[in-house]
Amino acid sequence: MTSHTTTPLEYNTEQSQMNILGFWVFLGAEIVLFSTLFASYFVLEHNTADGPAGQDIFILKDVLIETFILLTSSFTSGLAIHSMRNHDKKGLLIWMIVTLLLGAGFLYMEINEFIHYVHEGATIQTSGFTAAFFTLLGTHGAHVTFGIIWISLLLVQVYRRGITEKTSSKLFISSLYWHFLDVVWIFIFTFVYLKGMVM
Amino acid sequence: MSWDEFFVTGDPLILASQIGIGLTMVGLIALITYLKRWKWLWSEWFTTVDHKKIGIMYVLAGVLMFFRGGVDGLLMKAQTSRPELDILDAQHYDEIFTTHGVIMILFMAMPLLIGIMNVVIPLQIGARDVAFPKLNAFSFWIFFAGAMLFNLSFVIGGSPDAGWTSYFPLAGKEFTPGVGNNYYALSLQIAGIGTLATGINFVVTIIKMRAPGMSWMKLPIFTWSAFITNIIIVAAFPILTVALLFMTLDRLFGTHFFTVAAGGDPMLWLNLFWLWGHPEVYIVVLPAFGMFSEVIATFARKNLYGYKSMVYAIAGIAFLSMLVWVHHFYTMGNSAAVNSIFSLTTMMIAIPTGVKIFNWLFTLRKGRIQFTTSMLWSLAFIPCFTIGGVTGVMLAMAAADYQYHNTMFLVAHFHYVLIPGVVFAVFAALYYWWPKMFGFKLNEKIGKWHFWLFVIGFNLTFMPMFFVGLDGMSRRMYTYAESTGWGAWLGFSAIGSLVMAAGFAALCYNIYWSFRYASRDVGNDPWNARTLEWSTASPAPHYNFAVVPEVETLDDFWYKKKKGETGLKKADLKPVHMPSNSWTPIVLAGAFGLVGFFLVFEWIPLAIIAAVGIVIGLVANTFDYDDGYHIPVDELEEEEREWRGDLE
Repeated sequence: MTSHTTTPLEYNTEQSQMNILGFWVFLGAEIVLFSTLFASYFVLEHNTADGPAGQDIFILKDVLIETFILLTSSFTSGLAIHSMRNHDKKGLLIWMIVTLLLGAGFLYMEINEFIHYVHEGATIQTSGFTAAFFTLLGTHGAHVTFGIIWISLLLVQVYRRGITEKTSSKLFISSLYWHFLDVVWIFIFTFVYLKGMVM
Repeated sequence: MSWDEFFVTGDPLILASQIGIGLTMVGLIALITYLKRWKWLWSEWFTTVDHKKIGIMYVLAGVLMFFRGGVDGLLMKAQTSRPELDILDAQHYDEIFTTHGVIMILFMAMPLLIGIMNVVIPLQIGARDVAFPKLNAFSFWIFFAGAMLFNLSFVIGGSPDAGWTSYFPLAGKEFTPGVGNNYYALSLQIAGIGTLATGINFVVTIIKMRAPGMSWMKLPIFTWSAFITNIIIVAAFPILTVALLFMTLDRLFGTHFFTVAAGGDPMLWLNLFWLWGHPEVYIVVLPAFGMFSEVIATFARKNLYGYKSMVYAIAGIAFLSMLVWVHHFYTMGNSAAVNSIFSLTTMMIAIPTGVKIFNWLFTLRKGRIQFTTSMLWSLAFIPCFTIGGVTGVMLAMAAADYQYHNTMFLVAHFHYVLIPGVVFAVFAALYYWWPKMFGFKLNEKIGKWHFWLFVIGFNLTFMPMFFVGLDGMSRRMYTYAESTGWGAWLGFSAIGSLVMAAGFAALCYNIYWSFRYASRDVGNDPWNARTLEWSTASPAPHYNFAVVPEVETLDDFWYKKKKGETGLKKADLKPVHMPSNSWTPIVLAGAFGLVGFFLVFEWIPLAIIAAVGIVIGLVANTFDYDDGYHIPVDELEEEEREWRGDLE
């Protein structure tokens, strides 16, 4: 099937357009949510009580690898949407699976990082700093986990039903979500890790 | 945990409530079974995605919560009616002012306003439903789950008792070890999910589903106010989500967001709470402004004076609402510069609000005013609310606030804002839109009893509080000595609260009377009104409009009536697409409620098991490809003939 309209498939029905707009509004709410978490982190970041501070425990090399993994996954999810617009079901599935695998790799490294911190004596109950740190990072990590499960279920639907008006708009929305998590991570990398290492 | 720790014991009032609740539940279940109404309830109400029915359920829940919150209020008034009474002890009094505040704001004002938005907005913009009907049902049910969880606290486990603001360190585990504040954190979190979903839903509905021709400056003013309100919801509620998450982690998992000893900061809670809490005030008051504007324009028989300035004023208030949160704690250690800035932004809110007051007055000027019950509420609102507003400006002055802070003066002020601003508006709106919801009017004569009793009772209750407040009585005092001389003022106040309660009883009687005896022959447009919802049948048919209306001007229906263009052409009828009912919203909300309940008691394994219910609901939802159904033209024609007579 070749499309004669200029709008992409995921925007074809009015309901899809509303779903996508609704998701953008939801992302607006998510921005507020993460902004609040960041602001609270900035309030508490120096309140380490008797526990370790950021620069005592952060391992920049691991965090850098996590960053590259997540950034790459954002790129591959873009490739998946590109395949979707070309009605290439196989390409869509492959690139999305690659995206999810990268996401899972990121999670694996992040969990290891958390275990390392706990061994260093920084648990979520240690201080104001660790509470804010683990909650900010944990909220992001929970979003990634949710995204992996959600997108897996969407891929089952694409596999069964092909690329339709409905499945395409769902996949497109999930890719917005994935990019958003990447953006949040860039802020975490910059304002939690880099800032924590130098200040 | 033993049974007498699980159930609240040792208080005859609460024992009576427990027995009462138990009997009512059994009675309800028996009655529904006897009438064989379970299937009807399930298919017509529990699984419905129709915005009008969802709106009606919201209103019903709001009225019930008004009763609960009202009883709390009456108990407080009884306790303080004379010096040194001991109807309630200090602990019980603390619990009651806490639940009164939370219930009145979050479980009374919010559902009543959101309920009326649900019924009215799609009809006002000529749409057949909201953008996401199933999400809308989910919003209602998860709000309801949160409300029920919160109400459960006073019979199971114990009520929260740290005030509706739940300031730390008092609200922390160290000083409030019981489960009461867990209820607070979790039930508000659960209900908040629903409110956020409503916000997203209405923003998209109003952007995308307006009738053809209805450009932004032709949007009815109530819809405008609701649009801006929902934007504030989306911007403010996530802050509450995070604040409550921190509170939950602190209380359940031993983190230190708010405990000073381990590097936490109690002021963080205050800032986050009011960063949400102040916009929340405008979330409840802005839609009320929209309702008054509709009612005043209709019954003054004039178009709304200064429509555009009204829109700009609402937007201005919404913007400023985000910039004033510190005025709730001027006394808590800010620098003079910070206090001055927030003093200024707070006083600036009086400017757009003043614009609105004058617009209403100019709408009334030279109007042919009809004193219907809903108009009476709107007229009483203007002076009462102005008293609330002016005392607000007094409180806004940081230096003076050191005297008023946490006194009864403040309590009187915010009741003078919220009761005329929200409760009067909801009453006006109920009388006004009732025929559109149910197909009959509420009785006007009983309505006037309701009005006079409530308004007189309201002033009698809250006016004395200004004076005891200025005389130094701080809020949340459960008793006082006779030598203070407050006994007479508070005695009057207690009598006033009984008069108010009589007003509420008149409303309940009115609903009962009108259901049984009111005329069902009200036509589509009983008030000779201006906006689109009055162009379709009363009660509105489930598809809302047989043909989507085309709009040319503001108050289009008003001008179409004058030109005699309100008929329906048979040739224009096309099949109407409708969404199907769904069981997922109510089941999902139930699972959320259950998880919340287990978390309250910190039974983590049970909570995890219940969370499986949420996962199942979400998975079922993503695999749901139901496309809805179409209403055929014959059926539309038949339903439209019923009230229009012959079609053109």
